[in-house]
Amino acid sequence: MSGALLQVEGLTAGYGAAPVLHEVDLTVQPGEIVAVLGANGAGKTTLLRTLSGLVKCTHGRVLLDGDDLAGTKVEHLVRRGIAHVPEGRGVVTELTVDENLRLGGLWRRDRADARVALDEVYDLFPSLAQRRTFAGHQLSGGERQMLALGRALIGRPRLLLLDEPSLGLAPKVTRHIMTLLRDLRARTGLAVLLVEQNVRSALSIADEGVVLALGRVVVRNRASVLRDDADLRHAYLGF
Amino acid sequence: MSEFIYLTFDGLSRGLVYAAFALALVLIWRAARIVNFAQGAMAVSAVYVAYSVTNATGSYWLGFAAALLAGLALGVTVERVVMRFVDHSSPLNGVVVALGLVLILQGVLGIVYGNEFLPFSTPFSRDAFEVGGVAMLSRYDLFVIAAVGSVVIALTLLFTRTAIGLRMRAAAFAPDVSRLLGVSVGGMLTLGWALAAAVGSLAGILVVPTELGVHPTAMDVVFVSAFAAAVVGGLDSPIGAVVGGLIVGVLLSYVSGYIDVTVAPMAVLALLVVVLLGRPGGLFSSSKARVA
Repeated sequence: MSGALLQVEGLTAGYGAAPVLHEVDLTVQPGEIVAVLGANGAGKTTLLRTLSGLVKCTHGRVLLDGDDLAGTKVEHLVRRGIAHVPEGRGVVTELTVDENLRLGGLWRRDRADARVALDEVYDLFPSLAQRRTFAGHQLSGGERQMLALGRALIGRPRLLLLDEPSLGLAPKVTRHIMTLLRDLRARTGLAVLLVEQNVRSALSIADEGVVLALGRVVVRNRASVLRDDADLRHAYLGF
Repeated sequence: MSEFIYLTFDGLSRGLVYAAFALALVLIWRAARIVNFAQGAMAVSAVYVAYSVTNATGSYWLGFAAALLAGLALGVTVERVVMRFVDHSSPLNGVVVALGLVLILQGVLGIVYGNEFLPFSTPFSRDAFEVGGVAMLSRYDLFVIAAVGSVVIALTLLFTRTAIGLRMRAAAFAPDVSRLLGVSVGGMLTLGWALAAAVGSLAGILVVPTELGVHPTAMDVVFVSAFAAAVVGGLDSPIGAVVGGLIVGVLLSYVSGYIDVTVAPMAVLALLVVVLLGRPGGLFSSSKARVA
């Protein structure tokens, strides 16, 4: 599989002795949106946390552009073009909107482009522009999600690891975020590994779907196929 | 009336030292969620460095600079060599290790310098100016005000205006998220300890010459007052530490002046009880204070 942006091979990981993930394989091509689906406790969040190094893997490899990421520090991943927006929005609630966004660009050498990216995020999310000096804890759930997403974009990532962006959000806000991801991909070639419980909205924008059950990949297929396969939806996705 | 004015100024001057020391405690609490009970022993170690350098060179200012550098170095060492390896799943672990550090530092200082008070002079006169027959502040008090004031202003600018300050705050509030955004959280923690220990050393070198002199336990009583100041202000709030320090300083001064010196420690405890009954999180513990 040459040319893959992210390639995960036989990944086994977990907390303590009992692994949560078992031999997970998956691939993300440049500009591709891959949805990771599954019930609560299937290991979706652990998968993302392992990819970014917050959870240590016990077996298997994670390759970015063909390079093994083992030994890369968590804080260096962002320099390799990976942005991880963790579950629960990842906004630093004690800092203001502006501080959160600036934090997303502090690692960048190209100060000028970091400022341009900051303005782009405010253009993308006008409601954040109106609340620059608000603390994170004063924002609504939707605004926090936009802030976390916008902050990730300031690093101009090639791969976005997005954990449950629709969690606790109104359907309208979820649709807005999904549309935005699709536009970003079209415009910048951004690849997204999207972890979602909201299967419908995830599959509406994904190219590929991977279904996790009890830490194992049980189904991998085109998103369009998963959308139309009623038996599979009943068996693993509950609708 | 003249006694009241004198006691107030004296209290504010001492309170500034408590404020600086409380600020050091708050810095570490914010960065690492540890109450650094070793702060006093670390500060005394730095004061001994100043004592040696001043005796060797004859210059107070070289000793002063050496104490601040020693504080920075000690902060880095304690974090990198000791605290980093402590299991912080229970908050008591860090406290117990810090208490162990106190015993080690005071023991080593006692072996090297002896367990007696060594004289340490001030660079400026401690005789208070008189205005209209009322004693107010001494030159040394003005020096203390300038030194602590500059540190408070510098730290405020660091945390609110610089990229490093933003990183330090983010790393303290949300370590995982900060790492994902490229912040070296371990590095920020080390920096936090270094800054805190340097501020603690400053408090040490300011207060020790006004008391009996340098001794391995010279900062123990100051630590108690400063800890009370930090808790009164709300452990999370740098502004609270400064205000708490001034309150404790003035209170101690009034109680010592109007009642008796021996009652002063009890007054601090009474203050703690009253404040914690009314506002268990401390005076400046609102989320607004944390943001600022």
